[in-house]
Amino acid sequence: MQKNGPIALLFHALVVGFVLAPLVVICLVAFTPENTLTMPTTEFSLRWFRAVFEHPDFVTAFGNSLWLATIAASLSVAIAVPAGLAIDRYRFPGRDALNGLFLSPLIIPHLVLGVAFLRLFALIGATGSFLWLTLSHVIIVTPYVLRLVLAALSGLDRSAEQAALTLGASRFTVFRRVTVPMILPGISGGWLIAFINSFDELTMSIFVTSPATVTLPVRMYMYATESIDPMMAAVSALMIALTAVAMVVLDRVFGLDKILVGEK
Amino acid sequence: MNRSVATPWLLVAPGALLFTGLVLVPLVLTVVLSFLAYDHTTGIQDEWTVAHYVHVLTDGYYLAIFWRTLRLAALTTLICALIGAPEAYILSRMGKPWRSIFLLVIIGPLLVSVVVRAFGWSMLLGSTGLVNAALQAIGLGPVRLLYTETAIVIALVHVMLPFMVIPVWTALQKLDPMVEAAAWTLGASRFTALRRVVMPQVAMGLLSGSLIVFGLSASAFAIPGLLGGRRLKMAATLVYDEYMHELNWPLGAAIAILVLVANLVIMLAYNRAVEARARRTLG
Amino acid sequence: MGFLTLEGVSKVYGGVPVVRDVNLAVAKGEFVSLLGPSGCGKTTTLQMIAGLVEPSGGRIRLDGRDITQEKPNRRGLGIVFQSYALFPHMTVAENVSFGLEMRNVPRAERDKRVAEMLGLVHLADMADRYPRQLSGGQRQRVAIARALVITPPVLLLDEPLSNLDAKLREEMQFELRRIQRRVGTTTIMVTHDQAEALSISDRVVVMEGGRMTQIDAPYRLYEQPATPFISTFVGKMNRIAGVWRDGTVTVGNAILESAPADIAPGTAVTALIRPEKLRLCRPGEGRLAGQVASRFFLGGHWLLTVATEAGEIMVSVPNTGEEPAREGEPVGIDWTPATLRVETASEVAA
Repeated sequence: MQKNGPIALLFHALVVGFVLAPLVVICLVAFTPENTLTMPTTEFSLRWFRAVFEHPDFVTAFGNSLWLATIAASLSVAIAVPAGLAIDRYRFPGRDALNGLFLSPLIIPHLVLGVAFLRLFALIGATGSFLWLTLSHVIIVTPYVLRLVLAALSGLDRSAEQAALTLGASRFTVFRRVTVPMILPGISGGWLIAFINSFDELTMSIFVTSPATVTLPVRMYMYATESIDPMMAAVSALMIALTAVAMVVLDRVFGLDKILVGEK
Repeated sequence: MNRSVATPWLLVAPGALLFTGLVLVPLVLTVVLSFLAYDHTTGIQDEWTVAHYVHVLTDGYYLAIFWRTLRLAALTTLICALIGAPEAYILSRMGKPWRSIFLLVIIGPLLVSVVVRAFGWSMLLGSTGLVNAALQAIGLGPVRLLYTETAIVIALVHVMLPFMVIPVWTALQKLDPMVEAAAWTLGASRFTALRRVVMPQVAMGLLSGSLIVFGLSASAFAIPGLLGGRRLKMAATLVYDEYMHELNWPLGAAIAILVLVANLVIMLAYNRAVEARARRTLG
Repeated sequence: MGFLTLEGVSKVYGGVPVVRDVNLAVAKGEFVSLLGPSGCGKTTTLQMIAGLVEPSGGRIRLDGRDITQEKPNRRGLGIVFQSYALFPHMTVAENVSFGLEMRNVPRAERDKRVAEMLGLVHLADMADRYPRQLSGGQRQRVAIARALVITPPVLLLDEPLSNLDAKLREEMQFELRRIQRRVGTTTIMVTHDQAEALSISDRVVVMEGGRMTQIDAPYRLYEQPATPFISTFVGKMNRIAGVWRDGTVTVGNAILESAPADIAPGTAVTALIRPEKLRLCRPGEGRLAGQVASRFFLGGHWLLTVATEAGEIMVSVPNTGEEPAREGEPVGIDWTPATLRVETASEVAA
């Protein structure tokens, strides 16, 4: 292992500072006792956090996002696991095309998807429907789950399944008792990544949410364009804290670098 | 083995149905929409027209926004490459605990909502923000930063940096760490080794990172929305305004389709480049 | 009539025959090895017996019952995979217990049999560990226990020792044989390691290019290899091309005395003799003169290559504490004529 020189370390420090600066500032400003976006100088106050929980808009939007992300992530797992199995285990006509279709939301800008969903929902009278909003999120997060499921399946030792088969297990028992537990890290990692992506999604959602189904990022975006007060900082700080917890969990259980960077 | 031919079809059926209904159908509908005439008083008409495309591609107002979008996306990509590639290299040379810790620090913010990050920058770059305070302290301020292209690029770089670091890091991981040392033992200087041995092998990672960053920057919404204000629009905020404020959906759809086509062209070009390279290294 | 029989079994993958017309009868309680280089079809044969690969032709019978079309989970055979294929998310005890669960064996009975089996493979105190916490040799024994606990009529072993290091491999050979003797299960093992096949099997089946070319007890296989391939694949062999003349093999001016054979004079033949059947003696003595070309010390014996008029000949010299001739020194080579076998060209072609 070669060492980094002093210039490299200085560069690195600047990059880390750049990356962390806006997050740190948010977390500090969130504790201000003032009415403006200022750093707390003399005392820390929780008044803006209290304000968040007394602000029904944010609480409802948070609830919406939580439900939305939970259901969308679960549905995408339910779709991606069987689809991943078919793509990994079988050669059938249309396999490559379907694989491409499932991964296509990764290369279609969310803006375009938002516009497209809006048109479809307007035509079928589904605007403002929570169900259809959820389905649109399923489309956006399924590619992430599918990628992890496919990676888990291709890394699976098939002979363990054969062993179970020769020990007398039926095909379904093999799937339930051997295959699923063995790809469970991929499935649950995929679920979490799907949850986070759905929870954070703004660009597509802003086109298809209604006042009743508004999600937290959309609510925050609207709020930030209209007024700027420390409550926004408090909400943001809460989201950073939530994300940090999720990150630590993800990292402890699966290794975050593996999920975000991909298997080596 | 005796498996039913229908099994794979049954397994992919739910996904195939959903993706056909919610990816292909809406996209086709949007393409159709972009060719429908629009009237400011009566709304969408049942007539075909290419007027929206002509309008968007000839009117100086739209062209200026497209040009800004391309310019800022390119600038963001360049800065991300200049910061991200060396940073990935430095990360890959770090020792055991620090490497994973700092990798988390660099790519972890990906998981924080982009609205939060944009808001953070709007506080930092505001007229009373930390950056201006610092500039004033050394006698350079106050400078107007918020609602400028500079602010947009700074925040875009911040949001896109992980997308540059990840592919370069991945490429560096595949590199045999002894290859660089081998170049040194053959008499190459550190710089020569980096340029002749390391760079060519991470070039593909850099290219793929650049394309992702460019594509995402060109269609970014929250950053120009929050840091560019009403005046400094980019493609995504323009579409949003056409849909939500002007209510001219067909025109908005035409712009969205142009964004999509530009994105697909870039991806195709990338695939071509990857294939060409694969052919070169194989043949 | 064998306990497990293969009758004309073959397998074709995409037009390429991988296994061709294989016939084999394994007796009850017998330990048979399928030996051959990679790609000879031995693993495919094993997988066809296991039911994991469907034969393109032929029949497989177990105890008289045709099982050719039977699903792998109905055959009830015990299989130990090359990678061991342990279930990583189950403990050792759960791994071993799995097959019994599939047979709806009651809990108490299951625990008892798992404990017995773990005792047999010396892993009683590892029952609650996970596979990743075990060494290679321990994982291997778990795989054997898992396969045997269901008291299969036949135990199939696919390169069971190939993932172990040399020392452990030798230990496990004896261990495997001990366990098999104890439970008396009919066993078929696939291996590419001839020493392994010879040391633990009752009979060895050699496969070349998808065909079985010799089925014999280890000693006979070693002493009377049926094909040129087997003669060099199993052990070391000097193969010297010559002509049959006056009841001996003539190579140029050299004469190699052999066991008597019924061959027409003037026929092209190959003389075969193993290095350990040759004795080194003083120059001028013995049946053939030569000069030591190279010398390797292998611990239990020395392997010398001697340049003679009949070509380079390998000679194995037991390490008796005395150093044999050095490189460059002249030596003589002697042997008992009965140990030099002769093969005619037509045999080679077969």
